[in-house]
Amino acid sequence: MVASRAVGSLSRFTRSRMLRCPGYICRNFTKSSALLTRTHINYGVKGDVAVIRINSPNSKVNTLGQELHSEFIEVMNEVWSSNQIRSAVLISSKPGCFIAGADLNMLTACTTPQEVTQISQEAQKMFEKVEKSTKPIVAAINGSCLGGGLEVGVPAAFDMMLTGRGIRADRAKKMGLVDQLVEPLGPGIKPPEERTIEYLEEVAITFAKGLADKKISPKRDKGLVETFYLTELTSYAMSIPFVRQQIYKKVEEKVRKQTKGLYPAPLKIIDVVKTGIEQGSDAGYLSESQKFGELAMTKESKALMGLYRGQTLCKKNKFGAPQKEVKQLAILGAGLMGAGIAQVSVDKGLQTVLKDATLAALGRGQQQVFKGLNDKVKKKALTSFERDAFFSNLTGQLDYQGFEKADMVIEAVFEDLSLKHKVLKEVEAVIPDHCVFASNTSALPINEIAAISKRPEKVIGMHYFSPVDKMQLLEIITTPKTSKDTTASAVEVGLKQGKVIIVVKDGPGFYTTRCLAPMMSEVIRILQEGVGPKKLDSLTTSFGFPVGAATLVDEVGVDVANHVAENLGKAFGERFAGGSLEVLKQMISKGFLGRKSGKGFYIYQEGVKNKNLNSDIHSILAGLKMPSQPDVSSDEDIQYRLVTRFVNEAVLCLQEGVLATPTEGDIGAVFGLGFPPCLGGPFRFVDLYGAQKTVDRLRKYEAAYGRQFTPCQLLMDHASSPNKKFYQ
Amino acid sequence: MTSLLTYTFKNLPSTSQWALRFSMRPLSCSSQLRVAAAVQTKSKQTLAKPNIRNIVVVDGVRTPFLLSGTSYKDLMPHDLARAALSGLLHRTSVPKDVVDYIILGTVIQEVKTSNVAREAALGAGFSDKTPAHTVTMACISSNQAMTTAVSLIASGQCDVVVAGGVELMSDVPIRHSRKMRKMMLDLSKAKTLGQRLSLISKFRLNFLSPELPAVAEFSTNETMGHSADRLAAAFAISRLEQDEYALRSHSLARKAQDEGLLSDVVPFKVPGKDTVTQDNGIRPSSLEQMAKLKPAFIKPYGTVTAANSSFLTDGASAVLILAEEKALAMGYKPKAYLRDFMYVSQDPKDQLLLGPTYATPKVLEKAGLTMNDIDAFEFHEAFSGQILANLKAMDSDWFAQNYMGRKAKVGSPPLEKFNIWGGSLSLGHPFGATGCRLVMAAANRLQKEGGQYGLVAACAAGGQGHAMIVEAYPK
Repeated sequence: MVASRAVGSLSRFTRSRMLRCPGYICRNFTKSSALLTRTHINYGVKGDVAVIRINSPNSKVNTLGQELHSEFIEVMNEVWSSNQIRSAVLISSKPGCFIAGADLNMLTACTTPQEVTQISQEAQKMFEKVEKSTKPIVAAINGSCLGGGLEVGVPAAFDMMLTGRGIRADRAKKMGLVDQLVEPLGPGIKPPEERTIEYLEEVAITFAKGLADKKISPKRDKGLVETFYLTELTSYAMSIPFVRQQIYKKVEEKVRKQTKGLYPAPLKIIDVVKTGIEQGSDAGYLSESQKFGELAMTKESKALMGLYRGQTLCKKNKFGAPQKEVKQLAILGAGLMGAGIAQVSVDKGLQTVLKDATLAALGRGQQQVFKGLNDKVKKKALTSFERDAFFSNLTGQLDYQGFEKADMVIEAVFEDLSLKHKVLKEVEAVIPDHCVFASNTSALPINEIAAISKRPEKVIGMHYFSPVDKMQLLEIITTPKTSKDTTASAVEVGLKQGKVIIVVKDGPGFYTTRCLAPMMSEVIRILQEGVGPKKLDSLTTSFGFPVGAATLVDEVGVDVANHVAENLGKAFGERFAGGSLEVLKQMISKGFLGRKSGKGFYIYQEGVKNKNLNSDIHSILAGLKMPSQPDVSSDEDIQYRLVTRFVNEAVLCLQEGVLATPTEGDIGAVFGLGFPPCLGGPFRFVDLYGAQKTVDRLRKYEAAYGRQFTPCQLLMDHASSPNKKFYQ
Repeated sequence: MTSLLTYTFKNLPSTSQWALRFSMRPLSCSSQLRVAAAVQTKSKQTLAKPNIRNIVVVDGVRTPFLLSGTSYKDLMPHDLARAALSGLLHRTSVPKDVVDYIILGTVIQEVKTSNVAREAALGAGFSDKTPAHTVTMACISSNQAMTTAVSLIASGQCDVVVAGGVELMSDVPIRHSRKMRKMMLDLSKAKTLGQRLSLISKFRLNFLSPELPAVAEFSTNETMGHSADRLAAAFAISRLEQDEYALRSHSLARKAQDEGLLSDVVPFKVPGKDTVTQDNGIRPSSLEQMAKLKPAFIKPYGTVTAANSSFLTDGASAVLILAEEKALAMGYKPKAYLRDFMYVSQDPKDQLLLGPTYATPKVLEKAGLTMNDIDAFEFHEAFSGQILANLKAMDSDWFAQNYMGRKAKVGSPPLEKFNIWGGSLSLGHPFGATGCRLVMAAANRLQKEGGQYGLVAACAAGGQGHAMIVEAYPK
């Protein structure tokens, strides 16, 4: 995702110069005909309009690969040389995808920046030809299009290039990126998708004809006229060097702040745009292709492309289709997690029962679901009618009525083994035989929960992350007794809920919590050694973590952190030692439970954005002060103490078989725990940073602190044979 | 699976009809042969059912349908409805105290007369002992009024019911914004000057922006014209086809008007204005003129224009519905029986206007008839594109199989039997009153042409639809 964004932004930039060429984007495709001689493109002529259809074979999306390039150029040359053709329509035969961006495999295959630069230059040539076309070319795009479009207005262009965000069709029209919108059609003489594509082509052809006959000027439209004036003003402002410098500065500041200098692409894009504006477009093109080449070779690029692949992999159900599709879902506990799970279920059409013990708790949960849906209405992602229809999929109740029809029960009650046992017994008395019982827990071993079950093969762990509607990861935990069909069912539901899924083996802390715990232990120690929470937060975020370490404790909840640390400490002993749990215990006794209680390391107040330090923490930390060891306490050492403990534990999980693949480990760490995406996850980190260097670091800290830093066997194996990589 | 079984089972008794239908289908391939088919005997001699009362329409009337903002613009809806009701009284000479019940349909409600049926009936001189209620079901509101009447009579609750409908688009309720309304309501409850002042201090200028009645589907927020345009595109119906169909509607309506066939129209003396005697929306133009118009909804490439859409209309209608034995006892010569009817509903976004497609095969099946049995088709024309899309959908096996769960298409009605006295595109479409016009047009056509069965069908906002079989009363 992240990788395709970067790539997408670049091709967008290239195309942004299609300014004069009326851009109309289409994404569909027609059935391949026997006449097809090219593999990626087929084209026909309707009247005096050439219709060029892009359809990469054996793929869901069209990507800019070398074959597509050469075929496109070939076809365009025919279009330009033919006297019969006066205009052209560019359309994709794939529903929902015009061109998704550059082919990642092509980029991965390149070993030097020069190769990438060459590819980029070829693409530029292609776009330049299109831009300079004397015959109007209308691009008809159905659905989303990465890296395509027509950019008018410099500020808009900046914004889009930098964040690579998706733009809704109506906004694209307002921004002047597209000239016309075609709304999807319903059923008619053909299946809707097919007919919509045809219709889009028809409209695009009419448009192309109109342009060729000079009957239509793309600027005649009112919306465009406004955009046009806006552009005129902006370009006037941009012609004043002083203003221009100010804009560069502002944009750069903003980007640096957002990326903390960890992601090189945005800054390079600014450079390229600058070069293009200051030194002319040729220099801009050259700079663009060179920078693109450099970027493609960076560690960040490799890490992000790896994540993109991993994410795609974790969006598949490798356990096959379950015997019975889950249609009726029941959730026990309407707390933050329970209601969150309900929200991501009802809007996917799952009939969901939300059960709690009291009306007040249930009401709070129902309100959370409604608010989640209603916020989408405010953002215009849903209509109020869709919200109502989704909300009707939710039934709130205090009893077990209707549980005899449930296909799956997910319990999200408080993390207490005896309570979990109690609800499991109650539920098993009412659910049908095929019903899966899933436990949403972050640390309680599933086999202990399943111990009292009549049918342990139907018991599984589904560890969601808070807030459920925002966090993409779902960690599914299987015990040796869990049946394959139960796992398939859980994965199916998770995928329906839009989750990225890793499936791990049962054990204390599973995978994610287990990796986080030693790092958290180190966080406490660092705090005890006298590093302030603010300083620690800035050290961790500048390393790439989205949330600072101290803030993370507040977000998770001090009591939860303590609970987990105690449990895992018992299970893993010395390896999980570090800071003193007494810090957390004293915080709990003073009511500093983190964000939920208003105070933790920081003070949280409604409506106050800048959080202040909780001054009472000083005395707690001062009372439990540990001597700091100067040779392992530089800023960099602190960062690596945290990250190497995390990485070491992750590798140990793979060694012990808790994890099936390094990919799942990386996806879990990045999407669930906020491991720096620019590092690609703990396993990618070892590959890119070097196993030997990682081990060296661990040894150094081991010397200072002892066994907590002892590298695991698998990591040492990798260090001793440099050819061994987690990703080949 | 179960439903499939039931389906087959339900159809078992009618195997003979299926056979007949299949045997006749090849005949409809050429128009010459179709004539031969029409001469053949009907699938059924009559739709009378044992142990169920026969229900008849004695007669029906309507005010002239006028473009909104013309002669009716200063009236209120109950004024128009009253004109239709008193016109019916006059036409049928029904004794006022015999009428058991009155039902009117309407869509955009005037808030002062929310039960417009009661207000109109009182003013029209019906007995104040005759109850009246108002129904609403978008463009099939008066169809609902009629079928409610049918149900009341069939179940033995009533013998004589007046059904009708009214719409006055010249005046629609425009409301204050919700914020303004809230402030006004709070003000009326405020007791002290201080409370009032504090409420008034919250006033903002944007409170004054008014709320217009929604022209869009509530669930999808899409206007009907926009949906019609997408529907036409989905069925690949060109602008020219739509313009041609609209021209046909206007030409046929003009011809019917000139020949005096629109006998359901009763003159209406509008207070302060001249007597209105005929519909004023019939304007046959030329294809060239129509081609000049710009698309009204999907700009600039859409195909639905002002000329191939029905226009905003003021009008009212009313029919007198009786149990057959009661009608005969009162000495009436009824015009037609009201037979099987069917309501359907489907996806309000992409199939908003396909009601007739869904309702037609169902009502035919229920009645045991086929397309070939129908002598007069009266379909509501919301948009040319909508009518043509419905005709194409009914003629598509693919659509029938994939969206209607049917084995085969029902077939498209032959145009020579279809809306030949004009339709909503040309005569006008007062939402709440069109249903009665369709039924009377079908009944009058059957009487005039000597046919036996008529089929009335209409689409409505909300993705709903209606169809009803009208059987000519034997002479």
